[in-house]
Amino acid sequence: MNLRTFLLGTCSAVALAGLAQAETLTIATVNNGDMIRMQKLTDDFTSKNPDITLEWVTLEENVLRQRVTTDIATKGGQYDIMTIGTYEVPIWAKQGWLLPLDNLGADYDVDDLLPAIRSGLTIDDKLYAAPFYGESSMVMYRKDLFEKAGLTMPDAPTWDFIADAARKITDKGNEVYGICLRGKAGWGENMAFLTATANAFGARWFDENWKPQFDQPEWKNALDFYVKLMNDAGPPGASSNGFNENLSLFQTGKCGMWIDATVAASFVTNPKESTVADKVGFALAPDTGLGKRGNWLWAWNLAIPAGSQKVAAAEKFIAWATGKDYLKLVADKEGWANVPPGTRTSLYANPEYQKAAPFAKMTLDSINAADPKNPAVKPVPYVGVQFVAIPEFQGLGTAVGQQFSAALAGQMSVDDALASAQKLTEREMTKAGYIK
Amino acid sequence: MARNVSTQRKIVVTVVAWTIGILIFFPILWTFLTSFKTEAEAIASPPSLFFFDWTTENYHEVQSRSNYFLHFMNSVVVSFGSTLIGLIIAIPSAWAMAFSPTKRTKDVLMWMLSTKMMPSVGVLVPMYLLFRNTGLLDTRTGLVIVLTLINLPIIIWMLYTYFKEIPGEILEAARMDGASLTKEIIYVLTPMAIPGIASTLLLNIILAWNEAFWTLNLSAAKAAPLTAFIASYSSPEGLFYAKLSAASTMAIAPILILGWFSQKQLVRGLTFGAVK
Repeated sequence: MNLRTFLLGTCSAVALAGLAQAETLTIATVNNGDMIRMQKLTDDFTSKNPDITLEWVTLEENVLRQRVTTDIATKGGQYDIMTIGTYEVPIWAKQGWLLPLDNLGADYDVDDLLPAIRSGLTIDDKLYAAPFYGESSMVMYRKDLFEKAGLTMPDAPTWDFIADAARKITDKGNEVYGICLRGKAGWGENMAFLTATANAFGARWFDENWKPQFDQPEWKNALDFYVKLMNDAGPPGASSNGFNENLSLFQTGKCGMWIDATVAASFVTNPKESTVADKVGFALAPDTGLGKRGNWLWAWNLAIPAGSQKVAAAEKFIAWATGKDYLKLVADKEGWANVPPGTRTSLYANPEYQKAAPFAKMTLDSINAADPKNPAVKPVPYVGVQFVAIPEFQGLGTAVGQQFSAALAGQMSVDDALASAQKLTEREMTKAGYIK
Repeated sequence: MARNVSTQRKIVVTVVAWTIGILIFFPILWTFLTSFKTEAEAIASPPSLFFFDWTTENYHEVQSRSNYFLHFMNSVVVSFGSTLIGLIIAIPSAWAMAFSPTKRTKDVLMWMLSTKMMPSVGVLVPMYLLFRNTGLLDTRTGLVIVLTLINLPIIIWMLYTYFKEIPGEILEAARMDGASLTKEIIYVLTPMAIPGIASTLLLNIILAWNEAFWTLNLSAAKAAPLTAFIASYSSPEGLFYAKLSAASTMAIAPILILGWFSQKQLVRGLTFGAVK
């Protein structure tokens, strides 16, 4: 055998070995309970697809967002699949950073996805991310405290009813506060709640010409109402309370009501974690009779970055993780109550799921009541219920959130907070070229 | 002659020192205790300090969910590697500045320190692009390089102050005996500055171990150190304080043990030159 034949043979052997080698998918994901469960169940996927191995990068939400945004913006190519929120999907798809999911398989049943969730992930009739779990917001309340105060919570309460009930239930001497709401500054913290609430009060972030609307009476009504209610019936130090702080207050029996993400329902009804597990009732987020409920819409979704070299394998994984069979797999292994909620219509029609998850109907009704393309009473130029899907919103939302948090803490008046929000939003939107 | 210190003064000083010590240590103790509680006990109000049902469930959960050993080894390689390379560069630099200063030495030192004043996030995108183009993303080599560079100013500054305390005449004597520059640094300067070098080494290992911006942003699955391990347990939506505490305890334990065993060198080095 001469040298040339030897080299040729070696090269072919190396190439063949490379082909036979398993393809590795690196998946960046958020560390919530449903995602962690998926990691544990991936044996089901790898046994069906022995040529694909999975590598997980699990991170806390804020770190994940910074990490994947840097990677996709610089075309770093570190990840084959990214877990992103409904805020990112339309922005990234328009930038051409995501691949449309065209080949999820014949049995994927795209039409089974909940319309409200699907519409937030579809741009120009193409689905750019597949929802893994979806959520909205709703009222969680203490049935025992309502009974004691002689109150009955309607299925679809108004803000006036909520405010009256909160003031009646409040018993500051015994550390029971009528209502716990987010106050911590941040676009995904107090502004998620306040933007959604403002929708119910007829307010909007921008008019059709991208002019900020904080100087309009609707915002003043909404913020005034919130600050007064929290001063009368909220817990002390509410301006630094986010999801976790309120969850902790509610679980230890200190809140009469809490309006927050539907995902909280499984925490507050879990007897291992919550002292009030058997006393919690649910209702739709409140309205003011103007036609919009103050509930938001969020989903964590799986998407493939443009330029990925492993599209076929990535699509296979996404179809597995967000498909109908995955829901059955979770139900078989961990029970129906642990199935990721809020993505598929068929799940809510399943009697076993309805039996296992007492909050199922309320979650579905809440999600269906949100419309990301028409979030406010008046017309808006943006997509998003509790956010505005433009790249500038993270910075803007947090800056405005700081003003509103200061108003709640009593460091400035509601009027000053709104004036300052208007000024800073106008400045940023002019700088970014939205306002000519 | 030893000074006479009254018993009363001794008691006051002891009590104050212990109070400050306990206050500083308390968050670590609290994290340690929380790691043995259930999630419900971790948020209980009023909290219980020692009297709760101790459980190791969180450690089992953390072990089953993450590859602790991989993250641990990455932390060891990155922190020790970056500190050692940093020292190899910094010892000659600090020698030059301490024993052959020029008019601009102070300016150079200030300039080096000024690089620490810039917020890291300001250069995230250019750094990320450099790493992408050189194939260093998610590699231990990449992290060692970046941590060497960001800790180098501190290493040089610390060594410079220690070297300044060493009389130049000793080095001159070595030179008169015919020692070359390399021999002078290795056999004369370094042994005399051992306490200073040891404390610089330890402090920089700790700084590199705890560095959480670059290690999180420039790593993904393969090179992620313990900072990424902790970041996978904190959560803005869901109370998993007990699990987070278990992960934190596992992440800080190695460096805490290292600090415990080397505290003599650490203290000696930090006070080096102060009592002459």
